[in-house]
Amino acid sequence: MGGAAMALEIQALSKSFARKNGSAREVFRDFSLTLGEGKVTALLGPSGGGKSTLLRLIAGLEQPTAGALSAPARRIGMAFQEPRLLPWRSVADNLRLAAPGLSEAALQAALAAFELDGRGADYPGQLSLGLARRVALARAFAVEPDLLLLDEPFASLDLGLHRRLRALLAQRIAARAMTVVIATHDLDDALLLADEVIFLGGVPAQVEQRLQLDMPRENRDENLTKLRTLAPFYPSSPSKGDANSGAA
Amino acid sequence: MIRLVSLCLFVLAWQLGALALGPQHLPAPDQVTATFIAEWSSGDMPMNLGLTLMRVLAGFSLAMAAGSALGLALGRNAALDRLVDPWLVIALNTPALVVIILAYVWGGLNETSALVAIALNKFPNAVVTLREGARALDPALDEMAQVFAFSSWKRWRNVWLPQLAPYFAAAARGGLALVWKIVLVVELLGRPNGVGFKMGMAFQLFDLRLLLAYALPFVALMVLAETFVLRPAERAANGWRGHGA
Repeated sequence: MGGAAMALEIQALSKSFARKNGSAREVFRDFSLTLGEGKVTALLGPSGGGKSTLLRLIAGLEQPTAGALSAPARRIGMAFQEPRLLPWRSVADNLRLAAPGLSEAALQAALAAFELDGRGADYPGQLSLGLARRVALARAFAVEPDLLLLDEPFASLDLGLHRRLRALLAQRIAARAMTVVIATHDLDDALLLADEVIFLGGVPAQVEQRLQLDMPRENRDENLTKLRTLAPFYPSSPSKGDANSGAA
Repeated sequence: MIRLVSLCLFVLAWQLGALALGPQHLPAPDQVTATFIAEWSSGDMPMNLGLTLMRVLAGFSLAMAAGSALGLALGRNAALDRLVDPWLVIALNTPALVVIILAYVWGGLNETSALVAIALNKFPNAVVTLREGARALDPALDEMAQVFAFSSWKRWRNVWLPQLAPYFAAAARGGLALVWKIVLVVELLGRPNGVGFKMGMAFQLFDLRLLLAYALPFVALMVLAETFVLRPAERAANGWRGHGA
């Protein structure tokens, strides 16, 4: 990351949540991290390991107990663990509300990019989870973000949908220069999408490993088995398979 | 069709009841209709009905506006809710008659006191209903709105209002049903006009024809308002639920 403009700098950040019994659950203590401008960073770690909390802190949805996040004023796009669509607005309106001034052509392009052609008039209640996730991703991209935050974007999807959506996401990330932070517990997602993988672990969470991935994204699909060997300490799911993993 | 049959059966039962009890205890439908026509022709009924409807509308609007505002504030602010909740419990359990008498004693027998009494009786119900609505707002959608930098107005219009619509509708429907009954008592006790006043007069004269001649069109108007205003508004607000949700 040397020499790159710092997109996001987290300095000595601490974050605790109060438990009902009055004690504090400490998620981060003196946590520091810098993320490069225009890079795709995957935060990898077990569930409950602080990935989502870190994304929420970056998005401004949580305030740190101590420390600071320095991020220049920017346009943020975010896809949450759940699609979080407004059920009383059509798919097209969900995108228009997030991205005011979105032209009809841009709207149709945003939908087409996630294979949602002809779905603009549908309501979220008419969509499957996979389609709703695509809409949520299309919404995050529609704002033309400088900073894109993706929180477990493939959670609860079956393997086929997971791969298809990952492939679409990889295409969209490649098509636009922006800083992307993805929280995931899936090693393959991280290896196929990210420029850098940050392994979080421990309580409170700390950076345990950082892994730079220089291989072009379009070549990673066929080299997934080899890529996995870069992180032998992190369990990958064999059921996800090597072939047709769908990132390219 | 079934509704029409039901209505015919009601009139028939009324007629039979009138025959059984006699006109002193239950005037027949035709007698009540004749009184209704006479009162309407004299201009007395349109005036009294109009005044009562104005009071219903004013009291209902006041109670809904103030009650909704406070209910939303309580639903979003736990500390304020804890502070106000005991007062709310007291207000909910204070008999309507007590509120009306106190309003007249403290404010005098005038229109303002009447409206305050009407609104105060509905106010706590609106507060409680909208407080529940505010508590039920989905924080996940609020966060989405925050991330995508929705303005306050956009958030209110697109995120909160659709979630609150069923609570507004419930408060409005329950409110109308309560308010028009309260208005009659308010008029009976302290106004020189209105349907309630006329009913009070009918009671003093033991004129059941006059009582029913005023009661039935007023009830019919309230049912029409419920059927053709409140229910369609509720359906419109919840129209999105038909889209697969």
